[in-house]
Amino acid sequence: MAGTAVRGRLTWQTATVGSVVSETARVRTLSLSVPDWAGHRAGQHVDVRLTAEDGYQAERAYSIASAPGEPLSITVERLDDGEVSPYLTEEARAGDQMEVRGPIGGYFVWDALDGGPLLLLAGGSGIVPLRSMLRHRSRLGSTVPVRLLYSSRSWADVIYRSELDQPADGVTVIHTLTRQQPPGWTGYARRVDQRMISEVAWPVGGGPVGGGPVGAGPLAYACGPTSFVETVASALVAFGYQTRRIRTERFGASGQ
Amino acid sequence: MEPLENGVLDGNGIGGLLLEVFGTEMTAAVSICAGCGATSQVAELAVYQPGLGTVVRCRHCDTVLMVFVRARGVTCVDLWGLTSLA
Amino acid sequence: MSPISRGFHGRRRSDAPGRVPPGQYVTRDFPVLSAGPTPHTALDRWTFSIEGGSSPKRWTWPEFQALPAETVTVDIHCVTRWSKLDTAWTGVSLDVLLEGVEHDAAYVLAVCDGGYTTNLPVADLTGGQAWVAFNYDGSPLRAEHGGPARLLVPHLYFWKSAKWVRSLRLRDRDEPGFWENYGYHIYGDPWREQRYAGD
Repeated sequence: MAGTAVRGRLTWQTATVGSVVSETARVRTLSLSVPDWAGHRAGQHVDVRLTAEDGYQAERAYSIASAPGEPLSITVERLDDGEVSPYLTEEARAGDQMEVRGPIGGYFVWDALDGGPLLLLAGGSGIVPLRSMLRHRSRLGSTVPVRLLYSSRSWADVIYRSELDQPADGVTVIHTLTRQQPPGWTGYARRVDQRMISEVAWPVGGGPVGGGPVGAGPLAYACGPTSFVETVASALVAFGYQTRRIRTERFGASGQ
Repeated sequence: MEPLENGVLDGNGIGGLLLEVFGTEMTAAVSICAGCGATSQVAELAVYQPGLGTVVRCRHCDTVLMVFVRARGVTCVDLWGLTSLA
Repeated sequence: MSPISRGFHGRRRSDAPGRVPPGQYVTRDFPVLSAGPTPHTALDRWTFSIEGGSSPKRWTWPEFQALPAETVTVDIHCVTRWSKLDTAWTGVSLDVLLEGVEHDAAYVLAVCDGGYTTNLPVADLTGGQAWVAFNYDGSPLRAEHGGPARLLVPHLYFWKSAKWVRSLRLRDRDEPGFWENYGYHIYGDPWREQRYAGD
């Protein structure tokens, strides 16, 4: 699939829920079966639309959790005043129907040709599109070096915990737990800041080479709440990254 | 649609709306602000969705670049805050 | 035809027919909905003015606070279909603010920090129908809800209750404001469900 441009579908397609997996107390992954699904790129999202019996509709965007080539799945965090997320995380079950549109996105995407080294920065549910990128990298057998910095409130809030505990070769996962840490925790225990970025980020000059445009240097993807993304992006610029080597995606409401 | 949950805060989240309006993927397109001249990819623009419509602003000077309002199945599009979008 | 998502009903809960205009549902939340970043105007720089009359009137914050204010409990109705009942506001009535302003204008354009505008007939501002409100639910109005002060015109859809209002410009003609320009109804009566132009 590397290098293939996947055309976003303008039309809404019917999706049937397959399996539902609990990732954490508030987060679930739903696999969706879409008859004419044309595939997607790592980092893209789908728009999901629900219709009530009286015709009322609500629509939200959710990042695709699966890698290109894997069955389509989305990971959803339940937001307390949400209208759609409580339904998707507490009510939806195998066989239920909804509509999806997509895949959507041409900016916050990673293909093998983009190279690396990759610096992935996730705040809360911002991990979802980055996990798609990691799975894509594995499926390709890519050797692009990756560092993932993942900020969560506590260990129990870490999504895809067991998967991230066994990262592929060349992938380093660094957690920071901002509110609560398990006994014996020796990792970061605070919100991301300049110092943490300078300790974790690939250096701009003289770091490992990872394919992609020659001399381009590391490529960073930051996804999560606005405050997380803005802190991270400013810190990377201060650390020497060019803004065009930092891609950002802001999610609402996922607290830190 | 509440902005809190929808969480659409930048141009990434309105990719579907832009696909519908422009007929093509637009989040990587480069915009030039008519207010301050700042260049930005659409994905990086500030997006507000107060339920009445979608308002896209320059992150540097807050100038309104694009407004989309859907009424009775028709989407009204205003791009006059942009010098260019390519 | 879209497939029905079993068990989905959205946020709609209690409807109190008669109390709530057509197509609305009652919420206990107070959603923060804005078309742009929240302005933060320091009180020592804040002024409110009425322009376009025989002589413009302007108040600084201390002058504004010295005006007679009243506390009212009203229902508010947003065009996005939520209604909030029994909301308590303290503000200065437009009857007080317009007192002594000589004009023959039939309309106003409300102009706000951040550039938002909305238009209303003068007749809908007077007779105890509208306030410039600075307290909500007993506390100073928070910036994200329109503080230091916002227009409050509860008998029209809430987009007319302009946040961060700084001046009212008296006009002969009904000049559409921000949302009205994009197809929202020029008047906006929730009881006649005037959401969009042509309704």
